[in-house]
Amino acid sequence: MLDVSDVHTYYGDSYVLQGISLRVDKGQVIGILGRNGMGKTTLIRSIIGFTVPRRGRIRFKDHDITGWPSNRSVSLGLGLVPQGRRVFPSLTVAENLSVAARGDGGGWTTDSVMGLFPRLRERALTRAGKLSGGEQQMLAIARALMTNPDLLLMDEPTEGLAPLLVREVGRVIETLKSRGLSILLVEQNLPLALRIADHVHVVSRGRIVHSCAAGALWTNEEVKSRYLGL
Amino acid sequence: MEFWVGQVFNGISYGALLFLLAGGLSLIFGMMRIVNMTHGSYYLLGGYVALTVISRVSNFWLGILGAALVIALIGIGEWNAFLKRLGGQELGQVLTTMGFALIFQDLALVIWGGDPYTIRVPAYLSGTWQVGNLFFPIYRVFIIGVAIVIAVALWLVLERTRIGAMMRATVDDAEMARGVGVNVYLISMAVFSMGAVLAALAGVVAGGFLGVAPGGDFEILPYAFVVVIVGGMGSLKGALVGSLMVGLLDNFGKALFPELSYFTLFAPMAAILAVRPTGLFGRA
Repeated sequence: MLDVSDVHTYYGDSYVLQGISLRVDKGQVIGILGRNGMGKTTLIRSIIGFTVPRRGRIRFKDHDITGWPSNRSVSLGLGLVPQGRRVFPSLTVAENLSVAARGDGGGWTTDSVMGLFPRLRERALTRAGKLSGGEQQMLAIARALMTNPDLLLMDEPTEGLAPLLVREVGRVIETLKSRGLSILLVEQNLPLALRIADHVHVVSRGRIVHSCAAGALWTNEEVKSRYLGL
Repeated sequence: MEFWVGQVFNGISYGALLFLLAGGLSLIFGMMRIVNMTHGSYYLLGGYVALTVISRVSNFWLGILGAALVIALIGIGEWNAFLKRLGGQELGQVLTTMGFALIFQDLALVIWGGDPYTIRVPAYLSGTWQVGNLFFPIYRVFIIGVAIVIAVALWLVLERTRIGAMMRATVDDAEMARGVGVNVYLISMAVFSMGAVLAALAGVVAGGFLGVAPGGDFEILPYAFVVVIVGGMGSLKGALVGSLMVGLLDNFGKALFPELSYFTLFAPMAAILAVRPTGLFGRA
């Protein structure tokens, strides 16, 4: 479904992604692990089109989407839960959802995403800037679902959340997976990532340094201590 | 007493005109971060185009329509060919739009000559209303009415429609708006042409009482920028309050201290900026 091949991305003069290749197949959850500053967010930004790679190709559903404006990739079925939530602060919760709505019949609607996050229904008319961090994260996920994606890019969806909320977000991601949504999940929370992902890639200094089935990483002390600081 | 009521009325009607001009400028500023020095040209060219249309068909309203269409096309063309490539480059924007302003100024001189004109307004908009000892020019009441209608319409579109929510989302975070599928390119073009059309409307309306003459563009542009700076970029409420304030200050300044009229306009602006650097209703 998503095929990233030999992607090199620069941020100004700094050479961040130094040749990354990976695939996400239909219904799969692929985890991206690694310490801060290793290029995980740049990988997500390259795929969605916020930062265009200098070399390499990104293919999604048989289209070469390299260099496409992000909104075109979103229309094709790529969804984004960005790092730092980035909800629209001056819009209400309901408006945050409605601007993202992409009507493709039978998919997610305002009503069904609010069913997934009942808290959002209670706060529908509140401006998103006034929500708590956890509520903003729920809104960021709900907003991405409103675009009715076939593949969801999630960049640290549990970052900065209290343990209770981390579990809640984890439960939602599992629900999405069980419904057959493909997910590329960047996550610092190792137990959560390994529980949900089918397969993981460990990123260090802009390269994939280790790939394995999620279960196999638990016992690989060398990779864990060398690249994840555990 | 009559003096004060009369001056307040004049100030408000001038403020209404400034709102038409500055409302669009503020949205363009706030949403696209484009510093548009050509905005005054849209105002001047709008007046001239209406003048020509009205001289042919003798219909004020068709004059407004013609000006709106022509200026919308000019604005869309300028934005598409140049400005959309200059995102975030203030210096390039100022030089490009300033260049266009100079070109349009000379073009207007070539086409319409150097004589000042006044746009002929319909008979039912001329004359005055008398209330007690006070006389209110009907045309100035009309300008206030137009500004109210436009303000309400803009507010409804921005706050009550999905397109409006997309515009505000773009102001909040343009990159993320793209990331949830908003076509920021089309939204920006719509806002830019809407701003140009409002400037043209201001030009036509002003042509009925201030006249249409060379230099009108650069005469009114500083006022529009003061409104945007005082009110806060991208804020409709700010543009409304700022316009009224500038209209009143300018009017009283010119009536009471004619030799200090620029001071009475810019000193309060400096004071407001010292306290609120993003303007009255602006966000950082």
